[in-house]
Amino acid sequence: MCDNANPYVPYMATIEDTWYETLGDRCVKTFKVTLDDAAARDCWSHKPGQCAMVGLLGVGESMFCISCSPTEGDFLRFSIMRAGKNTQALHEQEIGDKITVRGPYGNNFPMDDWKGKHIITIGGGIGQAPLRPIVEYVKANLDQYAGLTMIYGARTSGDLCFKGEFEDMSKRDDLSCHMTIDLEEEGWNYNVGFVPTMLMDVNPSPENAIAITCGPPIMIRFVLENLKKLNFADEQIYTTLENRMKCGFGKCGRCNVGSLYVCKDGPVFSYATLKDVPEAFA
Amino acid sequence: MDSMKLSKDKLNSFVAILAEQKQLYMPQAEGETLKYSPVNAKVQPDLVFSNTAVPAKSVVFPQVETLFRYEVEKTDIKMPAGEEERVLLGVRPCDARAMSIVDNLFSWDVDDPYYLGKREKTIVVGLACQKPGVNCFCSSVGGGPASTEGLDVLLTDLGESFLVKPLTEKGEKLCQAAGEIFEEASSDDLNSAEKLHQEAAALISRSIETGGIPEKLPGLWESGIWKEVSNACLGCGICTFLCPTCHCFDIQDEIEGFEGRRCRMWDSCMFGEYTLHTSGHNPRPTRRERTRNRINHKYNYFVQKFDVIACVGCGRCISSCPVNIDIIEILQQVKEAQ
Repeated sequence: MCDNANPYVPYMATIEDTWYETLGDRCVKTFKVTLDDAAARDCWSHKPGQCAMVGLLGVGESMFCISCSPTEGDFLRFSIMRAGKNTQALHEQEIGDKITVRGPYGNNFPMDDWKGKHIITIGGGIGQAPLRPIVEYVKANLDQYAGLTMIYGARTSGDLCFKGEFEDMSKRDDLSCHMTIDLEEEGWNYNVGFVPTMLMDVNPSPENAIAITCGPPIMIRFVLENLKKLNFADEQIYTTLENRMKCGFGKCGRCNVGSLYVCKDGPVFSYATLKDVPEAFA
Repeated sequence: MDSMKLSKDKLNSFVAILAEQKQLYMPQAEGETLKYSPVNAKVQPDLVFSNTAVPAKSVVFPQVETLFRYEVEKTDIKMPAGEEERVLLGVRPCDARAMSIVDNLFSWDVDDPYYLGKREKTIVVGLACQKPGVNCFCSSVGGGPASTEGLDVLLTDLGESFLVKPLTEKGEKLCQAAGEIFEEASSDDLNSAEKLHQEAAALISRSIETGGIPEKLPGLWESGIWKEVSNACLGCGICTFLCPTCHCFDIQDEIEGFEGRRCRMWDSCMFGEYTLHTSGHNPRPTRRERTRNRINHKYNYFVQKFDVIACVGCGRCISSCPVNIDIIEILQQVKEAQ
């Protein structure tokens, strides 16, 4: 937010484009939005990993990760699963409609510290949304990193977000892109199997590497186990946490895991930090 | 500024002077509930009470507070009017100290404009305790019946009069404005106030040695005590609603006709919905985890962040609990747990 702004008052934003990533009861819709106010656009600056409160006047707000990298342009993207009251109302919005945005909130992936390293993202389902800014950021600065490996899976091909982007990336020689689904499907030309298994098959070297994983808790548990098997140190493993939030800046109280607030101290944590935090994987 | 004396037959005039200058809040009974409410110059001041049921935090952090208003289907946001100058009269030292503790949180990193706006425009006139309640334990957590932290003026009831001690610049200005109704305080008055303060401190019957508790709590994460101390809990949340240092809130939108407002309201970590994810997952699924979080927040996390225990020993959570859960007994179990 701008320095002098009331942190509870959101910016108005216009939906420039919107499309479905997945269909079904818990469908995911991506919104590409631009802040209406020119001064707000000037103040706004986000980094991969940060979040924003997105909502509608008269309905409410929820916290979402910003699913684009600042390297992509002067807009914001949110990929939102329809799950409750706020997300249902957001899904009803179309191009040209107004939504509210405030933020950006939280810490970020330390992209600068990771320069020169091999970046490995391991995502499952909607968990790819917070990883997407890393992928886009590294792609835009590929000469500054030792490489980019992506492992991404979902239950079915219909549950994969950003599928077109992954298909494009898997054709590139300078990226290592691995898509997988849980069960065999007709017409599916990529891998079949769970994400943690896929990780063992890809078998990335821990040398000079950073692994970032986001996805369902059960997937994260097995990915962490497998990363340890591959000799990744705790300091080389990162994830993001999520909890119910209301304010986004450490006042309303509810998002804490132990003494850490996910909204301020997170959402990005290294496993070295998290392994000693009670509640972190509750 | 030296201490002064206010004869009790001039209390009405003092209150009238305060009420004419600023919006005055005093303890008023609403049904059976004593709480701080706005009063006018004609109020008959009654400063004989143990403590209010609802802490003074409700004036600077209202139970429900409008953040902004809007019209349905429109995008203009209308901010509420600026804060009025207020005086709180009769605040017990524990409640004033609680406000100064909560100031840490609301000014941490990002300033909370609503809370800090009200705090800045509020003058707190305290009233030293002379008959501590049965569950008071302020002296165990850094306070006392005549503690001055968070107060601008401290009154001590000397029987026929009050000793009036300005403590801050704000307090001095307030007293100067009421100047003529005060008398000079003699050294005897000062001595008897001091004696009353000491007598009150000696009347506090409950205590807990809190040293070592913040350091010990992390090691008790999986201890059986949390199940034990939360077994009887009904999850009613009264311990947190009436706690002067509890500051957690929810934010909701309300629509009436074409008028909408976004407001915040007190929330409680003792409620299941407080942490419930949209997915249905709840990281604190039972009262065991919620009680553990409540005690850890007050006696561990807050201490780590702001170097002060987020409990002032007012005893409200003990006195109000419908099933007699007692924070002193919980802390005692923490100390004794292996």
